[in-house]
Amino acid sequence: MPVVLENLGKRFGDGAPVLDDVNATIAQGEFVALLGASGCGKSTLLNIMAGLEPPTSGALEVPSDGAAFMFQDAALFPWLTARGNIELALQLADKSSTKGSRRARATELLELVHLGGAGDKRPHELSGGMRQRVALARSLAQDRQLLLMDEPFAALDAITRDLLHDELERIWKETGRTIVFVTHNVREAVRLGQRVLLLSSRPGRVVAEWDVTEEHRTDAGAAGELTGVITRRLREEIRRHAK
Amino acid sequence: MPSNPITTEERTLPVTESKEHITSPSLKGNASELRDLEAGLDNLQSDSRRKTGIDWKRVLLPVAALVVLILAWQFYVSLEFKRRDLVPGPLDVLTQFVTMWGEGKVQEAVWTSLQRGVVGFLISVVIATPVGLILAQVAPLRRAFGPLISGLQVLPSVAWVPAAIIWFGLTDATVYFVVFMGAIPSIINGLISGVDQIPPQYRSVGTVLGANRLQMALQIVLPAALPGYIGGLKQGWAFSWRSLMAAEIIAVGGTIGFGLGSLLDQGRLLSDMTIVMSAILLILFVGILIEILVFGPIEKRLLQRRGLLAGSSR
Repeated sequence: MPVVLENLGKRFGDGAPVLDDVNATIAQGEFVALLGASGCGKSTLLNIMAGLEPPTSGALEVPSDGAAFMFQDAALFPWLTARGNIELALQLADKSSTKGSRRARATELLELVHLGGAGDKRPHELSGGMRQRVALARSLAQDRQLLLMDEPFAALDAITRDLLHDELERIWKETGRTIVFVTHNVREAVRLGQRVLLLSSRPGRVVAEWDVTEEHRTDAGAAGELTGVITRRLREEIRRHAK
Repeated sequence: MPSNPITTEERTLPVTESKEHITSPSLKGNASELRDLEAGLDNLQSDSRRKTGIDWKRVLLPVAALVVLILAWQFYVSLEFKRRDLVPGPLDVLTQFVTMWGEGKVQEAVWTSLQRGVVGFLISVVIATPVGLILAQVAPLRRAFGPLISGLQVLPSVAWVPAAIIWFGLTDATVYFVVFMGAIPSIINGLISGVDQIPPQYRSVGTVLGANRLQMALQIVLPAALPGYIGGLKQGWAFSWRSLMAAEIIAVGGTIGFGLGSLLDQGRLLSDMTIVMSAILLILFVGILIEILVFGPIEKRLLQRRGLLAGSSR
């Protein structure tokens, strides 16, 4: 089932609209990078898609079972172990599941993010990258077709981020999820997305989109060129607000 | 990106290989190499230090402080500024204590008070926890009753003793009533302030994970608020214990048993400072013991598991 956003608008109170007339269609199994400068309403759009906030105008169509969500910081519960966090997500997603089945599934998910040995550690004992991997496993535990990611790797160091890009891509291929990935990093958008949507700032609106083709993925030169084009367009968008 | 050495290396790879995995040329290597890199980072960045063994400083320092205080007491008494029956020395109090122990009075008083304090406190917890959770979760209720609960916490629960005696007479019910009025508001307040300090993101995560209202309250809000809640329990215990002593001092006789407060009052009636001092020290000692044996370990374990203990002076 695709995700459809139609003339979506959002304003908080009487303020200027944060989002205005956002239109987009995201096919099932597609990996879309949603790019924009800080403060352009990317997170608000994601929150609306996740059902955390209602839109003020327009309509949206999302899978009826809702969406899994991954936040910028891991947001793991500190009173639970890595495994416990995943098991809680499994329990809340499927009330009828048994303890044994949850445990087995959590082990599988930990293996999937290469954290098989760290299940009994608590969040504060893990590095930032490991916490994000647990958070990724937790969002996969929800078993929803749509996965929304709000700059999940923004706070990580370069090597860890590169590794997680590979890992996310592998998991996307293995699980066939529809992923909407919000970022302000052009390289990251080109690296991950099959399609890059550029969101303007104040009000947020989809102003441009690029397809990331096979060629961009295999040829560093082509990828660099596309990154350059998108970066110029993004800067243009930001300069409009300089006045 | 073009200056990335890994990228230039990738360009020399044969074209046929790139067909197998469609990834951008940001980071390459064979799968096991990448896994090793990842595992290396994991080991470098995660914290696995563990402390073991008994820390003798924790035991010796408080004991040393106690010895110093007793010596100072003895020194003051030996200067003989006051009459010995008004300010007895440590040895006089010890002698009295041993005598009362022999009569079984100490055991009876401690047991009666402790039993009432613990039972009263536990019932308070059972009442205050759901009330606190509901007040913290339902905004209109909290606005309505919040000020009243805060007020009740400030009101000394001893103020309820006359009312309790009129309603329940000199029975155990009087004592328990006063304990409840002391402990319940402070446990409720502790839980509410614990809930207030939960990072808002935990609730968002709960919503996203599909928690309903009850699951949110029991599986996310309550554990998240646990540090504040334990603080409230500690304070609630302190209020129970104090209220209990006050009630026992004021309400003596009837079917009310013989507790530490009663012992204190008996010392006053007999004008025997050694009994009074023994009772005060016993009350203090029970308070310290509960902290060391019950709340201290719970709190420490809780903070340790959440990684909140690093750098603290506990």
